[in-house]
Amino acid sequence: MTMGMLETSAPSAAAVTTRTWRPMRDPIPLYRILFAAIILAIWQAASGRLMSPFWVSSPLEIGSTLLAWATSGILWTHLFVTFQETAAGFVIGASLAIALALLVGRSETARRVLDPFLTAIYGVPKVALAPLFIMWFGIGLMPKIVLAAVSVFFLVFFNTLSGIREVDRRLIEAITLMGGTYADIQRKVVLPAALPWIFTGLKLGLPYGFVGAVAAEMMASNQGIGFLTQDSAGQFNTAGVFAALFALMMVTASLNAGLGALERWLFRWR
Amino acid sequence: MLLELDGVSKRFDTQGRIAEVLSGVDLNIERGEFVSLIGPSGSGKSTILNLLAGLDRPSGGHARYNGQPIGGINRSIAYLTQHDSLLPWRSVEDNIALPLELRSQDRASRGRAVRDILSRVGLAGYERHYPRQLSGGMQKRAMLARTLVYDPETILMDEPFGPLDAQLKLVLQDELLRLWQGSGKTIVFVTHDIVEAITLSDRVVVLSKQPTRVKHVEEITIPRPRDVRDVRFAPSFESHYKALWDAIEIFENKGHAS
Repeated sequence: MTMGMLETSAPSAAAVTTRTWRPMRDPIPLYRILFAAIILAIWQAASGRLMSPFWVSSPLEIGSTLLAWATSGILWTHLFVTFQETAAGFVIGASLAIALALLVGRSETARRVLDPFLTAIYGVPKVALAPLFIMWFGIGLMPKIVLAAVSVFFLVFFNTLSGIREVDRRLIEAITLMGGTYADIQRKVVLPAALPWIFTGLKLGLPYGFVGAVAAEMMASNQGIGFLTQDSAGQFNTAGVFAALFALMMVTASLNAGLGALERWLFRWR
Repeated sequence: MLLELDGVSKRFDTQGRIAEVLSGVDLNIERGEFVSLIGPSGSGKSTILNLLAGLDRPSGGHARYNGQPIGGINRSIAYLTQHDSLLPWRSVEDNIALPLELRSQDRASRGRAVRDILSRVGLAGYERHYPRQLSGGMQKRAMLARTLVYDPETILMDEPFGPLDAQLKLVLQDELLRLWQGSGKTIVFVTHDIVEAITLSDRVVVLSKQPTRVKHVEEITIPRPRDVRDVRFAPSFESHYKALWDAIEIFENKGHAS
């Protein structure tokens, strides 16, 4: 029932929009398409004339590789693997981060004791942990999920913790006065109040989780987009490398779009 | 005696400086009474409410509720604080249902209670609005509804209509009197507004400046039920007003505390 809210705010906004943009609507999407088309055209023209297709391939070649992968199903299998690793790592890392932040947020002492350690581990490039995880968990999905989870964890943890510390004390007081227990306060005030911060952490963390999964795939794997990139490069198949990179772009874009939609729904009260 | 303050003092220690806010406050409030506390700014009115609510403990003396020492949050006392404390991410109906959720009432009976109270405070039709979509007056109504929905036997109110304009204040005072009349509830009402205190109360308690004591208690003899628009024309209004004004003015240079 988000409509009730939209109805009240929509009329004035719509009136302004139509009056201002009547002549041309919003031209930005059109410009974007033009921009992409120009870049691709230059690339296509330069390939084989200014630069060797061996190094830069060409948009048409990349397109046909993608099409071939898509029809044979290779693309979807590998995409699905990478997507699975990222999603699983993201969910695990983020839930652990939120739970631990809620726990640590209870006590200023705990927070101050743990802070330097967490900051130190946070500073380590997560990719450097990949060899360790491959050693521990083999070359299957597990090390990728773990690396993605670790990459996501810290951003979500630190953001959640600041969110918890920013919660309006008066709201907590109000629910205490109504007879709320500690669990009520956490569930009904602290968590929802910290949600915007948590979400910022999730949004920042998602690409890192993705990077973690793909990086681990490139080191030791036989499936996933990271593997596909590495494998194509090993065969000097430049079009394949670009096609795999394009697939990576699609994954991040769709993950971000999903997160954006979730965010709009969660924060419809704003 | 429902609420008793017996020689209550309260000191706050802030960075080595001790501020004595209350010093020997004696106050007895009967069940079903409507009592207002007025006094100059910083006279510890909110401190008294905090003690009654169990948010704070007295430094000396005794605070009792129903004969028992007040030792913590008491679920039969509702406290309507001065600042907005509606949860911004909950719709009006979900905000009002919150105290019932905390008491684990089932969804159906919560819905019924919320619809009932919404129509009584004049917010029917705003169920699905979020607090930021409401005007200041409607937010106050929503907070009042959230306070009344769980049927507390005692309600503490800290300048609930403070920042509102004069007309809206009258409307809300009228609604409050209607809701309170015959409910048997006890209300302790903090205000800066002498007219408001006279209009609503059985007794008005004037507090002195810090360190605060009870300076004067005025029994309001205007008969009930009262009409908020007519109270100021009641024969005894003038003398109540003068008595209260004098009690406050001794401790203020002139003018009315705001």
